[in-house]
Amino acid sequence: MAATEDRQTELDGVAEWRRQLYEAAPERQGELFSTISGLEVDPLYTSESVQVDEERDLAYPGVHPFTRGVYPSMYRGKLWTMRQFAGFGTAAETNERFRYLLDHGQTGLSTAFDMPSLMGYDSDHARSLGEVGREGVAIDSLEDMETLFSGIPLGQVSTSMTINCTAPMALAFYACVAEIQGVPRSELRGTIQTDILKEYIAQKEWIFPPEPSMRLVVDMVEFCAQELPRGHPISISGYHIREAGSNAVQELAFTLMNGFTYVEAGIERGLDVDDFAPRLSFFFNAHLDFFEEIAKYRAARRIWARELRERYGAKNPRSWLMRFHTQTAGVSLTAQQPQVNIVRTALEALSAVLGGTQSLHTNSYDEALALPTEDAVRLALRTQQVIAHETGVVNTIDPLGGSYFVEDLTNRLEAEAYEYFDRIRALGGVIPAIKENFFQREIADASFRYQSEVESKQRIIVGVNRYQQHDEQELELLKVDPGLEGEQIARVQALRARRDSAEAERTLARLKDAAAGEENLMPLIVDAAKAYVTMGEMCEALREVWGVWRETPVF
Amino acid sequence: MAAKIRVVIAKPGLDGHDRGAKIIARALRDAGMEVIYTGLHQTPEQIVETAIQEDADAVGISILSGAHMTLVPRILEGLKENGAEDVLVVLGGTIPREDADDLKKQGVAEVFTPGAPTSEIVEFLREKVPIS
Repeated sequence: MAATEDRQTELDGVAEWRRQLYEAAPERQGELFSTISGLEVDPLYTSESVQVDEERDLAYPGVHPFTRGVYPSMYRGKLWTMRQFAGFGTAAETNERFRYLLDHGQTGLSTAFDMPSLMGYDSDHARSLGEVGREGVAIDSLEDMETLFSGIPLGQVSTSMTINCTAPMALAFYACVAEIQGVPRSELRGTIQTDILKEYIAQKEWIFPPEPSMRLVVDMVEFCAQELPRGHPISISGYHIREAGSNAVQELAFTLMNGFTYVEAGIERGLDVDDFAPRLSFFFNAHLDFFEEIAKYRAARRIWARELRERYGAKNPRSWLMRFHTQTAGVSLTAQQPQVNIVRTALEALSAVLGGTQSLHTNSYDEALALPTEDAVRLALRTQQVIAHETGVVNTIDPLGGSYFVEDLTNRLEAEAYEYFDRIRALGGVIPAIKENFFQREIADASFRYQSEVESKQRIIVGVNRYQQHDEQELELLKVDPGLEGEQIARVQALRARRDSAEAERTLARLKDAAAGEENLMPLIVDAAKAYVTMGEMCEALREVWGVWRETPVF
Repeated sequence: MAAKIRVVIAKPGLDGHDRGAKIIARALRDAGMEVIYTGLHQTPEQIVETAIQEDADAVGISILSGAHMTLVPRILEGLKENGAEDVLVVLGGTIPREDADDLKKQGVAEVFTPGAPTSEIVEFLREKVPIS
């Protein structure tokens, strides 16, 4: 004991500690000590390891560059919004799930749409066969949206809608439901994803080529700035970029670069950056590499604040704030020993909370196999409640701020992101880079590297490449009634037969004409929605004008 | 020179989750197989056509949208109608056990769920595909 203490006093710096003491004993062999992004991690961090200018790089919560949090009081003032994403089957079924979640203490709604709704096909289209109500709720028209929010006063909830290329139609339906309920548009709160750039990069739900798609996004931004001042017209999403197989550095860099591209598009339209930047929000993934994730959120806030103020000249401090939603990593869930997913999700959720998220979705443990059951969703929500009320992590703001390791990792993620910004700008920006498959290739490479590390057991996944169990019990899974598809098809066909067809045709023709010109299409989409023109009909009209996007796949 | 196993990796339906499909495609290619990836949003008919045109030994279908019980049988039927029922069909994605058992009865050779190592899929194809 005495010998060790003596040696400590003689050590001159961490490098010497490493040589004299640390390297005296062998490290474990085989597994990597790097982050999932491949950043090397030292055995120890000290004040020598990290350079931080406290005022410039950290400041205080609520103070530029917001590394430590966007609000002065953070979770001592208000906990994050616990927002479980839900949707399946018909609007009536999802409406029931929404009411169940609100009854169990959830504080915001989040809507998952089915694939046909996300891709702009009505439920009775040939391409929708087998997909109706499977991955989310089927919404064909305003009528379905009325059912979805039946009995839920839209002035009192905030609603998130995860929808992108058909976001303008979903927003129009939502605004019309509010009108029917007698709620003024100015009182509507919520977020609609609308992030089309990450669709080309990662999630691959697109209809039109990038240019007309960007026009629709800016139309929505402009419409919201004028009509829905409390709505967030875009949720710039790293989540799907990560789920597509990217690492944390890529998620951070590509998401922020997309964000800059929307800002530039808004400015180009003639909007003042301070008129719309405060309504932009973000959506990140919470993956398994605990500290790297926390560093990612901190770096993201800092980069956004700096770039908005310095590069884009935003003067309103609210424009500098990066507010974000987080979802735990679906891609980290395993079909093997699925109960272990509860533990993974809890740790991922904890990183999001320590990283200062504004809202959070925790995945359910059965989601590597099917949409979650009600019990599994409740357990996922309870996980957040335990973090919020039992662990004490909410008692102080940014509790890991000042950790030598976390500060160093935050700096390194920031630097890596800037390297990507330069590479993307050198290609001419995000859209040219999409057309060159730059992102797709970078993500495929990172994804394959990670998979190889798992398969060579350099990274261990419990139950997958170690601690396997061969006598696993079957889970009770949610079953979506296959009869729902037929019911939904009948519903949309009955609607088409019942509506005022002259009015439907008139509004649709007007939309199509305008698509060839330059005016903002949102008011026309609202008119068509009111005339019960379906989402698929509107998309088909726009496809005829703009054509469709095709990707050349790379692997 | 020994003939290479020819595999079509296919993404039917509307879901865009292509991480798994691309990893498998690359792993099979690295294992020395000839891989044709269809890209996204394929109809069952398009997949059958690609499998036949490419003279595939196997088709690997990736579905994470829950539409497998509709789309996979249509691919199996399409292959049969075109006299290509000898093409080995494997499936990957979020597939509940009960559905997997059902689809295997209909002619799917194997179903791989999230977490399955690519080496297992490579071995499976090598074992099941007769190479002349």
